[in-house]
Amino acid sequence: MTQPQASVITDEMRAAIGQESDPVTFEVDKNSCRMFARAVGYSDPVYYDEAAARSAGYRSIPAPPGFLGHPVIVPGQPNPLATAYFRFDTALKRRLNGGTDVEYLEDVYAGDVLTATAKLVDISERQASIGLMLITVTQFTYRNQAGQVVAKVRATGISY
Amino acid sequence: MPQQLYFEDVSQGQQVPAVTQHCDSQRLVLWAAGSGDFYQIHYDKDFAQRTGLPDRIVHGALKHALLGRMLSQWIGHKGRVVHLACQYRGMDMVDKDVVCKGVVTGKRSENGKKLVDLEIWSEDPEGRKTTPGTATVQLPTRA
Repeated sequence: MTQPQASVITDEMRAAIGQESDPVTFEVDKNSCRMFARAVGYSDPVYYDEAAARSAGYRSIPAPPGFLGHPVIVPGQPNPLATAYFRFDTALKRRLNGGTDVEYLEDVYAGDVLTATAKLVDISERQASIGLMLITVTQFTYRNQAGQVVAKVRATGISY
Repeated sequence: MPQQLYFEDVSQGQQVPAVTQHCDSQRLVLWAAGSGDFYQIHYDKDFAQRTGLPDRIVHGALKHALLGRMLSQWIGHKGRVVHLACQYRGMDMVDKDVVCKGVVTGKRSENGKKLVDLEIWSEDPEGRKTTPGTATVQLPTRA
């Protein structure tokens, strides 16, 4: 076991808890749904063929579980996600995903344009076998073009 | 086309048909493109090893999505995944199978919705539960 490392949590980080980010736009389009479905290994045609999706009763190709669109990233402009996720620089440079918790309130289909706001809801740290771990929980609220909340996501990030 | 599952068909303790996905480097690159997560620990072996990992690791969010695929295939087109949560407790390495499993822990009605709660997880080829989680699906009734 290595020497316990000093805390990296600052007052500035604590003050950021609960602050809502600027909204970020996520587009859910047909081909991004197809690409996501292909990556996850779906063979069901509803995720690829709009006619099959409609005959199954969907209004377009459904976003598979876990997919809530892509943000619009323009090279040379600030990444819109940069302020949404935990943005503080610490001595802990390596990152891992700690967990994903998605609550779906409405269905999401190709053609939807979602707007998400993010807020840091928890910061903690602990000494682990890989050294000091900083654990952050960020909560995202996604709304669709009709203003309905479609999903609430709690994303746990680990820095070590 | 998945078969439709109905609320009446489900009982506590019932197992969800398992889904096995081999996660080779092509799969991880597909996921990088599909998800927009281009962190190099998932497809660049040298980069992964420079950060202290033994090799490239499977994206946590891919395992979350695979658990979602297992549920989608089970519940059919008229079912809905309403909650899907998991923790990435253990790493899954490239070129191995990720095996998704689930078991029904309860059934309930809430505001007229018929809901089924599950314990879900993914295992590595040695049977270690690297990704434990919980889920809730909404199902139609036969009535």
